[in-house]
Amino acid sequence: MSLTFEEVEHIALLARLDLSLEEKQRYQQQLSDILEYVAQLQKLDTGDISPTSSHLPPRSRLRADVPREGLSQERALENAPDLEANQFKVPPVLE
Amino acid sequence: MSDMTKLTDLSVKDAVDALTNGQISSRELTKAFLDRISEHEAEIHAFITTTPEMALEMADGADAKRVQLKKVGETVPSLLGLPLAIKDVLCVDGVRATCGSKILEQFKPPFNATVVEKLLDAGIVVLGKTNTDEFAMGSSTENSAYGVTHNPWDINRVPGGSSGGSAAAVAAKFSPAALGTDTGGSVRQPASFCGVTGIKPTYGRVSRYGLIAYGSSLDTVGVLARTAEDVETIFWLTAGFDERDATTINAPIADAACHEGVDIKGLRVGVPEEYFIEGIQPEVEQSVRAAIETFRELGAEIIDISLPHTEYALPVYYLIAPAEASANLARYDGVRFGLRASDENMMQMFTKSRGAGFGPEVKRRIMLGTYALSAGYYDAYYGQAQKVRTLIKADFDSVFTKVDAVAAPVAPTTAFKIGGHGDDPLAMYLEDVFTLPANLAGVPGMAFPAGFDSDGLPIGMQLMGRHFDEETLFKLTHVFQQHTDWHLRTPEL
Repeated sequence: MSLTFEEVEHIALLARLDLSLEEKQRYQQQLSDILEYVAQLQKLDTGDISPTSSHLPPRSRLRADVPREGLSQERALENAPDLEANQFKVPPVLE
Repeated sequence: MSDMTKLTDLSVKDAVDALTNGQISSRELTKAFLDRISEHEAEIHAFITTTPEMALEMADGADAKRVQLKKVGETVPSLLGLPLAIKDVLCVDGVRATCGSKILEQFKPPFNATVVEKLLDAGIVVLGKTNTDEFAMGSSTENSAYGVTHNPWDINRVPGGSSGGSAAAVAAKFSPAALGTDTGGSVRQPASFCGVTGIKPTYGRVSRYGLIAYGSSLDTVGVLARTAEDVETIFWLTAGFDERDATTINAPIADAACHEGVDIKGLRVGVPEEYFIEGIQPEVEQSVRAAIETFRELGAEIIDISLPHTEYALPVYYLIAPAEASANLARYDGVRFGLRASDENMMQMFTKSRGAGFGPEVKRRIMLGTYALSAGYYDAYYGQAQKVRTLIKADFDSVFTKVDAVAAPVAPTTAFKIGGHGDDPLAMYLEDVFTLPANLAGVPGMAFPAGFDSDGLPIGMQLMGRHFDEETLFKLTHVFQQHTDWHLRTPEL
């Protein structure tokens, strides 16, 4: 399994990663090698095997609906890169 | 007990006893560890952040609290005044949590992880936050954005990873014990490389609330210390259901003191042929086999077993973990916390913050995981990996009807040289070949010293157990350590 340069650029876009030309070239090679290695899984017949996503019995849990203190607005905003009027500030979404 | 070097030699158990009967104060003990850190941290670099002022304040608080509680006749918390190091992927309120990443360089969590909260309730004093591979992705601590940690047994070698800072801190006697995390071997492999004892609990045993997520179906929080008894003293305090982590379960909790005079006669220990493969360092195999003989002499029944899908654990892990990581790390977008590298527009803010904030291995795994989950490839990669994971888990289910624990090496080699794997990700991934299966199957694993190689480097072995049966692993390891002295050897700094 070998990835093309365009595929690497497409994955980087999906992952919202700004990569340099040198990084893209390196990942093209390294990801191709890794994909070739993991391709050994294809040889196993797993037709009637169900996938495992968790070891825990599937169940939903509800806790008592009792009000309690959460994070204060002040503390929740402590790590914000940019703030205005006690809100997270981001660049314009619409041009 | 005024000799500083003696105080840092104390085990968790002896330190707690000395604090309890008033032979030492928490301030003396904490100061002794802080002094040792000041003296040797430059050569080891076990910590990303040390918190000396906070530690001394907490120590004074613990000493005052002990006096107060004694006066009114109330129970003193079991670890009151005991110093502890915490891996920098776990949140401590107000203390910078970097995860070994530039993207969280300034991040100060506004809350405690549940494990931290529980141990603070038990009375611990926080010495600092230990070094880790970025977002716990690595097997050598070389992927930290804050520099590599050096193995206290040989500073030209890695301490293992990703909890390399925690393992090195315990081996160097910077701390009597430390918290680590294990997603694919990140407690056990550094414990092995640094000659200390560590547990990776059953998935679901210990809350991950406040653990900065990497691979959510695999991540566990564990404890490292110099003996099984010390690990256990702390471990049970961290266990149990947490309503803030829906994956936790309330399973019976044992008592660390119950192994007094215990014997392991009749316990069945399985030896899987798939863990003694070509390419394993001969001295590692010899030591582990000798340790298995010791278990036999101590009364355990040794049984040859097979875990036939072991060889697939590595490819399965390196699809599932990156896939989960690519989703978990989507939260680093420059909006609410962490690095923001551009304000030009939303897209630039996302891509430039992530491009500048993440290091090479994290980007590689995000790329790999994104690909494995992308349209058209999901079934072939992620879906197939999850099915093979079922087979790996079934292997364990089957052997645990015949044996009570599985004995194996932790890693194929002892600690390798810093830079030894260059820029070859696959060579590095192979380091995890013996530790990944326990994470994929969700079973507990315990690593402890079982010998030394001809370079004087520690050799570790591991025991894996049934879901929620850490107690058998503690029992076996404790009895082994009563009859061997590998765990008592410590490096000269």
